[in-house]
Amino acid sequence: MDLNLVLQLATSGFLLGGVYSLIALGLSLIFGVMKVINFAHGAMLVWGMYIAFTLMNWTGIDPFFSFVASAGGLFVLGYFIQRTVVNRIMTFHEAMQVIAMVGVMMILENMAQLIWGPDPHSPHTRYSLSTIWLGSVMIDIPRLFAFLLAILMAAAVFVFLKYTDIGKSIRASADNRIGALIVGTNVNRVYAVCFGVGAACVGAAGSLLVPLMPISPHTGFPFKLTSFAIVILGGMGSLPGAMIGGLIIGVAESVGSVFIPSSLKQIISFGIMILILLLRPQGLFGGKGS
Amino acid sequence: MLRVNGIDVFYGDLHALRNVSFEVHPKEIISMVGSNGAGKSTTLMTLSGILKSKVGEVFFNDHPIHLCSSSQIVAMGVVQVPEGRQLFPSLTVLENLEMGARFSKAKKAKKKTMEWVFQLFPRLQERRYQLAGTLSGGEQQMLAIGRGLMSCPTLMMLDEPSLGLSPILVKTIFDIIKEINEQGTTILLVEQNIFHSLTLSHRGYVLENGSIAMSGTGQELLKNQHIRQSYLGL
Ligand SMILES: Nc1ncnc2c1ncn2[C@@H]1O[C@H](COP(=O)(O)OP(=O)(O)OP(=O)(O)O)[C@@H](O)[C@H]1O
Ligand SMILES: [Mg+2]
Repeated sequence: MDLNLVLQLATSGFLLGGVYSLIALGLSLIFGVMKVINFAHGAMLVWGMYIAFTLMNWTGIDPFFSFVASAGGLFVLGYFIQRTVVNRIMTFHEAMQVIAMVGVMMILENMAQLIWGPDPHSPHTRYSLSTIWLGSVMIDIPRLFAFLLAILMAAAVFVFLKYTDIGKSIRASADNRIGALIVGTNVNRVYAVCFGVGAACVGAAGSLLVPLMPISPHTGFPFKLTSFAIVILGGMGSLPGAMIGGLIIGVAESVGSVFIPSSLKQIISFGIMILILLLRPQGLFGGKGS
Repeated sequence: MLRVNGIDVFYGDLHALRNVSFEVHPKEIISMVGSNGAGKSTTLMTLSGILKSKVGEVFFNDHPIHLCSSSQIVAMGVVQVPEGRQLFPSLTVLENLEMGARFSKAKKAKKKTMEWVFQLFPRLQERRYQLAGTLSGGEQQMLAIGRGLMSCPTLMMLDEPSLGLSPILVKTIFDIIKEINEQGTTILLVEQNIFHSLTLSHRGYVLENGSIAMSGTGQELLKNQHIRQSYLGL
């Protein structure tokens, strides 16, 4: 086996893994605080992609700048979905939550199809094919940018949660809902903001993926599955777990393509997920044996 | 100041409170005593707006607070230190205290209130960067009271603050409740530690099976034959 090839694949997988991390961060944040699994996560990714794509077509703004707009747009969408749907089903049994969340997913996917059509688009950016060399490893510029901005966005989310008032309220409500009510937190608003932030993560990630792959209304599906695997690997609701897990899965999927065709690369992430469930069900960073 | 007017509260089919009425006047310390499952915590949760009564009204300074959300009730100065403390274990002591001071009035006074809380509980100041989940039981109770004080309450409701504490710490907590009251905060105290709490209180109510069975001054209740037999085992 060619060591250089492995190094090459690992690097490009690591860079894409940063975007995976951001997607999984949103999923894990929503789950950690509300105990709701966001089945619409992939559809939200697609909306983030289309927002960036549309802005690029209309105004020429690069997706690496318009990720801010995708994040903002998805924040509003997430806030609205929490207020209208998620808030009503939060105390329901998980099986019933799934039905409502899959409903949201179908609405979002089909709306995207209605607005942007079923055909895939592959927008071209100036730097699509530019690369730099790091020793003998070739690095894709778009991937490098996507990685750096994804990490930047994730860092912003961590700072938000750590230092802002509303961020502290989100952590407090995740810790102890009754306690949050006792101190007078408007828990409904906190949950809506939290869902919005989770959606903003995946929206930004969508925008960052625009230069890397074709967009279609169903592009989000494999990413959703991968992000489920990442969240289970990292520990349900653990935010550092989502970050590290994203990088691990990114590298594993990419390097794994030496052994299996890359169209089957999800075997890798699901293989890892099943191993984790067997050996350490709480995940790498999951605290209590939940 | 607080007027509770015939409230009935249910958990599903379980009728937890029946026609409960009582009053708390400004600057008083009021005890509510009763055996396990009598409905004391249910009463406080209803006053805080976290549970809703089916019938009846609650007025605070003539505002009908049974119609308000729990956030509005805290903002008006009705603050609970709940049973089991209900802290935020993965937040630091400092962050827990800050969570108590989110409303305009409390936020403005935050620095001053925190100084007072640290003066009452120097232990909390030493441990301000420690996670609340790693505090001892007694320290957690101090933090719960401190967090309540951060909201600048005019009426502070404490649910079994002495539960699980050593006798010395129980005394400290009761002394501090007295001091908080002397600073002008009205106190509604739910306790199993009937002797201590009735001694401290101006008046008391006895809750039995979800209804008010008796009321009177602290001394009257302590002398009452029924109370001496059922609650003090004398
Ligand atoms: N969440 C709940 N669901 C159903 N029943 C409840 C719930 N909480 C309390 N109850 C019931 O309501 C009644 C009153 O409970 P409450 O907690 O108010 O009692 P308490 O006076 O505070 O008792 P303790 O001194 O043991 O704390 C009890 O019979 C209890 O079993
Ligand atoms: Mg109780």
